[in-house]
Amino acid sequence: MSARSARSAPGRRVGDRAATDLVGYLLRLGDDALIAAQRLAEWSSRAPEMEEDIALTNIALDQLGAARALLTYAGELEGAGRDEDDLAYLRTDREFANCLLVELPNGDFAVTMAKLLFLAAYQHPLYGWLAGSADDRLAGIAAKARKESAYHLEHAALWTVRLGDGTDESHRRMRAAVDEVWPYTHELFATDDLLERLDKAGVAVNPAAVRDGWLDTVEKVLDEATLTRPVDGWTPGGGRRGLHTEHLSYLLAEMQVVHRAHPGATW
Amino acid sequence: MRSAWEAAARVVDPEIRALTIEELGILREVSEDGGRVTVTITPTYSGCPAMDAIRADIERALHAAGYPQVRVTTRYGAPWSTDWITPAGRAKLAAAGMAPPGPAGARGPVPVALTVRCPRCGSAETEQLSRFGSTACKALWRCRSCVEPFEHVKAL
Repeated sequence: MSARSARSAPGRRVGDRAATDLVGYLLRLGDDALIAAQRLAEWSSRAPEMEEDIALTNIALDQLGAARALLTYAGELEGAGRDEDDLAYLRTDREFANCLLVELPNGDFAVTMAKLLFLAAYQHPLYGWLAGSADDRLAGIAAKARKESAYHLEHAALWTVRLGDGTDESHRRMRAAVDEVWPYTHELFATDDLLERLDKAGVAVNPAAVRDGWLDTVEKVLDEATLTRPVDGWTPGGGRRGLHTEHLSYLLAEMQVVHRAHPGATW
Repeated sequence: MRSAWEAAARVVDPEIRALTIEELGILREVSEDGGRVTVTITPTYSGCPAMDAIRADIERALHAAGYPQVRVTTRYGAPWSTDWITPAGRAKLAAAGMAPPGPAGARGPVPVALTVRCPRCGSAETEQLSRFGSTACKALWRCRSCVEPFEHVKAL
C-alpha cells in the first residue's frame, strides 16, 4: 500500500445512490483482489520450487495492484477521506466484502491451485466485461487487470492439468482440492439488489451471466486433468454482506498488525 | 531550457535500466499550465512496484530541468501493451540480453506456444523455464543452443 496516496476532497458525490452502489461494488472487487493477494503472498519463500515462488508472488502482486486501484477509487468516491491504506488496514472482518473463496486457507499446493483456477476463470471474463463499463475509471482498471488475469488462469490451468493427470498421489490430492473448494464458487455468481441496479445502469454485469463461460473454461481444464466436475450441493455464502469464515479474522490480524501498532506510520 | 516532455522522456525505468520510460511506452502525456507541469504515466502491470520510484524520478528530472511545480498522475485506460515499446526500445532490450516481446493481442485463455529467439546467439532453440520472472513483466527462458538463461519481456 502506498504512503503517498492523495486524499480526495471530502463530501464529493456523497448521498448519490449510484455512487454509493459503486463504492459497495468497488469494495467487493477490491477486497477479492486484496485478500487473494495476501493469501498468495503467504507462499513467498515457501513454494515448492524457486520458479513457483516467483510466479505466486507475481500473481499476488498483480492482485495487490488491482486492489490498490479499486480501493483508492472506492475511497475517493465515498468522500469520507479514506484512502487505500485506511480501507485495507482499518476495517474489521465484518466490513470486508470479499467472497469466501479467497479467504480460505492455502491448504496444500493443490488447494491453492484449485482456488486460483476458480478465481482467475471468474475474474478474467468479469474484468473483460467491466472493461466496457459505463464507468470509465472502473473500465480502465478492469482492462488492465483483465490482461494480467489471463496469465493467472493459464498458470493455474497448467498446474491443475499437471497434478490431475500426474501420479496417483497428485491426482488424488488435486481431486480432493477441487472437491473441497467447489462449494465456494457458487457465491461468485450469486446476485443481489446492488448487482441488479448496477447491471441496469451498465456499470457492472450481473455475475450470474458469466457463470456459463466460467463453467465452460473450468470444465475443459478439469477434463484435461482427468478430473470430474463436483456435484453442486452446499452453497456457502455471505462474504458480500460481511459474513465470513473464521479464517478471515486471522488473515486480517496478520495483515493489519503493523499498521494498527503504528498508526499513520509511513516508510 | 529543455522541454518538459524531453525532461520526462529521459527518465530511465528503474527495473529495466536499458530503457527510458518513453521507449517503454509508459509516458502518455506531459502538459504545462502556467508553469505547472502535469505528467501522465501508465503502469506496465497494476502492481508494478517501480511506479513509486518512477514518479519520484520524473519529479526530480523536471525539477532539475527548471520546472518547480510538478504533478505525476496515473492513467489505467487504455491499458499499456508491450506493443507500445518503441523499435529503439526493442533493440535496446535485445542488446541488454532481454528478448523483446512478440505482438500482443493474440492471447486467449488457451496457452499458445510462440518461439522466442535467444537475445545472445539468435537461436530459436529455446525453452521457457518459468512464465514469471524477476519482475512482473518478464519470464525466464533458456537457450538450448548456447545454454545461457535469459529474460523475456512477456507480450501483454
